[in-house]
Amino acid sequence: MRARPSLFSRPAWIAIAVCALVAGLLPVLNLVFPAGHALHISSYMVGLVGKFMCFALAALALDLVWGYAGILSLGHGVFFALGAYAHGMYLMRAIGRDGVYQSHLPDFMVFLDWKTYPWYWSMTDNFFYCMLLVLLVPGVLAFVFGYFAFRSRIKGVYFSIITQAMTYAFMLLFFRNDTGFGGNNGFTDFKRILGFSITAPETKATLYLVTLAILVGALVAGRMIVQSKLGRVLQGVRDSEARLMFIGYDPLWFKLFVWTLSAVLCSIAGALYVPQVGIINPSEMSPANSIEMVIWVAVGGRGTLIGPILGAFTVNGLKSWFTAAFPDLWLFALGLLFILVTLFMQKGILGLARQIDPRGKRRVVVEEAATVKETVKEAA
Amino acid sequence: MKRLLLALLLCINALAHAAIDPAILAPLAGDDPDARVAAVARIAVLANDDAHRVLQALQQDTLYATPDGKILIVGDSETYDPATGKTLATPEGVDGIVVNNRLRSAVEAALSGLALLSPDPAVRDSAVRELQAREIDPAQVPLIQKAFDKESDAAIKASLQLLLSTANLRASDPAARRAAVVGLAGSTNAALQPLLKNMLQKQPDGSYPEPDASVRAAAAQTLSEIEGRIQRTEIVANIFYGVSLGSVLLLASLGLAITFGLMGIINMAHGELLMIGAYTTYGCQVLFRKYLPGAVDAYLLVALPAAFIVTAAVGVALERTVIRWLYGRPLETLLATWGISLILMQLVRTLFGAQNVEVANPSWMSGGVTVLGSLVLSYSRIAIIVFAMLVVAALWVILNKTRLGLFVRAVMQNRRMASCVGVSTGKIDMMTFGLGSGIAGLGGVALSQLGNVGPDLGQGYIVDSFMVVVLGGVGQLAGTVIAALGLGEVNKFLEPMAGAVMAKIFILVFIIIFIQRRPQGLFAMKGRSVE
Repeated sequence: MRARPSLFSRPAWIAIAVCALVAGLLPVLNLVFPAGHALHISSYMVGLVGKFMCFALAALALDLVWGYAGILSLGHGVFFALGAYAHGMYLMRAIGRDGVYQSHLPDFMVFLDWKTYPWYWSMTDNFFYCMLLVLLVPGVLAFVFGYFAFRSRIKGVYFSIITQAMTYAFMLLFFRNDTGFGGNNGFTDFKRILGFSITAPETKATLYLVTLAILVGALVAGRMIVQSKLGRVLQGVRDSEARLMFIGYDPLWFKLFVWTLSAVLCSIAGALYVPQVGIINPSEMSPANSIEMVIWVAVGGRGTLIGPILGAFTVNGLKSWFTAAFPDLWLFALGLLFILVTLFMQKGILGLARQIDPRGKRRVVVEEAATVKETVKEAA
Repeated sequence: MKRLLLALLLCINALAHAAIDPAILAPLAGDDPDARVAAVARIAVLANDDAHRVLQALQQDTLYATPDGKILIVGDSETYDPATGKTLATPEGVDGIVVNNRLRSAVEAALSGLALLSPDPAVRDSAVRELQAREIDPAQVPLIQKAFDKESDAAIKASLQLLLSTANLRASDPAARRAAVVGLAGSTNAALQPLLKNMLQKQPDGSYPEPDASVRAAAAQTLSEIEGRIQRTEIVANIFYGVSLGSVLLLASLGLAITFGLMGIINMAHGELLMIGAYTTYGCQVLFRKYLPGAVDAYLLVALPAAFIVTAAVGVALERTVIRWLYGRPLETLLATWGISLILMQLVRTLFGAQNVEVANPSWMSGGVTVLGSLVLSYSRIAIIVFAMLVVAALWVILNKTRLGLFVRAVMQNRRMASCVGVSTGKIDMMTFGLGSGIAGLGGVALSQLGNVGPDLGQGYIVDSFMVVVLGGVGQLAGTVIAALGLGEVNKFLEPMAGAVMAKIFILVFIIIFIQRRPQGLFAMKGRSVE
């Protein structure tokens, strides 16, 4: 057994620390300096970066399954939205009687002429119970779905297609008014979270910093997982599942673990997303949104964990810029991005950087060779 | 009773064209209000020109009576005696017949009753509607019965039957009521149900609106018979609508059955090929309206080959520029084709606008055939079913009976061997993808006839199409057909129970579970081609 390699190389550690520091400084600058000051960062900018970090967390979650276990999910939007809805239930309850109809029920229920909360809304006025739901609901859904899918050895494209069917079914379900989640309007008009006003800059800054901390934590934890023995078995699943089974591993539980973990991470991203953006509706579950998540990972470089974070920032940054500057051209640009990345940039931005920097490239080769050797040794 | 009426009708008919029996007319001049109303009904039953004139005169206050009880129609210049059918000078001492409200409403009812016999269906239809709005007097029953016997239009006949039974069910004689109830047993008219149910409804005080127990028993029997018949009609309707929906699914997914099923290309732009087919149809319609307004109905015939050629060309272009480089990398193909679909959608949005465009059905598609009394099968649905069958047949012939089909199958089964014996596999890939895309274009033509045509048209079908192909078993044309029809049927039978959206969700869940149990689909490919 060789010594466990350090999680990241020294330059990578420095880069992560610098990025986290700069990102952490943004809301502070927003609070400390008044508008108009040279060092002031607008609230819009803070909100935007906060949103991107949620997307980055979702992309990271997706990379764990796609990049390391080779399971391409076209349904991660469901987990993202379920986390957002679970948190949104608390936020809706926290509105209290400040809604348009001043009822103890959310406005959409008053509109439907409901008199009481449906059973699945019980206890949702408790923040911690809702946080538990954020972890449990997508976790259980992913576990059950994954258990049956992986047990019948559904893989590759078939798995992608049924995850897409799943997200589509959930979207239809949540679009119904009778489902009890606000129909196509979803949840919005939140007022406060844990007693603090949700629009106050301090609350926003706190949410932002929590998101940043979770993102960095997830990156480090993810890296630990993929470098562990478990992570290498997962890469074995990705590269040749049949061979791994002949060696004597049962891929089911490995895949199920990473799949469920990924779903829960994605759900946390959704739960962080909803208070910062202030709305969640079923269109988040549309198949198109889930596929867009995949392109964040592909653009950044799959199987790198840092790549998806870069990808989420790049693609969403481009999207914000395009939809403001040339709204008609955004879909052309996104479509081209899909095509060009799959045709010419299979390893994404990170891969491109390594191709350009020969030193980096050599290191990658050495690393890969070491991994292969290790795997062979363990197998023997 | 019936025989009596019949005799009465016969003897009146004998007199009909000549004149009206003065005995019938006489009560009009009398004082007894019941007799006057009865007289109006008896005049109406005659249903001849004179009856019509008398009633109209009564309504317009131009009916007069002489002191000796003769009834005359007094016009501006001449006076008409309905009893003899002759014109005469107005006698002295005639007195206008006073029409009170009760009599007036009876006259109006009688006049609409007479309109039931008009040769013009529109007049008959409006008369039925007018009668439905008011309480039917038992005295009017013979007239409605006569109209019912003569009626040829199914819809009006059903309304007449309802009128008739409503009137009969209110008769005071229990035997007459029972006869009416029994007489309804053969009907398929769903509107009769509430009427009969109402008779059996127990009141709070324990009594029934229908006092006679034997009539109630007959009503229950009739009700169950009508319900059974309606249920059978509904089942037939559901089967038909299911086949129709299945044909739509089939047309939407046949192209994919080739590109995904045979070639293994995850073509997420398949929906956009459908959309391009639909827009080509729109383009043909616009051109026809502009240059050949006389032959607008023929635009579909031109749209079919046009849509095939356009989408096949788009497909070939995609295959040559993008997909060719991604063979063997299905997940990458999926992403790249998704990008293509975004570009195609935005392109159409830029060219034609984001709004839906209007594609009108040709006139021969409107209307339908009526079967089983009340079930209307529209021509557009029948046309879609027939079209789907034709496309499947054509595809089967191409794949199994032509040289191209032979090559396609050879390349799909063993690419290297096919290449060894001289098949140009690259060219065959291109042509197969073109064929699948062209078929998708044909599907688009069909979809344009059913729903909205907009840039997002394809998005609604992409998940469904993949479900159909996967469910049917990849690489199996027959599997695709059966899966599409099966899904259509299941959907239509679930819809009344769960609502359209829930039915769709159930089906998606069902497919997800089904694929878990049988990943290879309904019809598994046998042999070495399985991974």
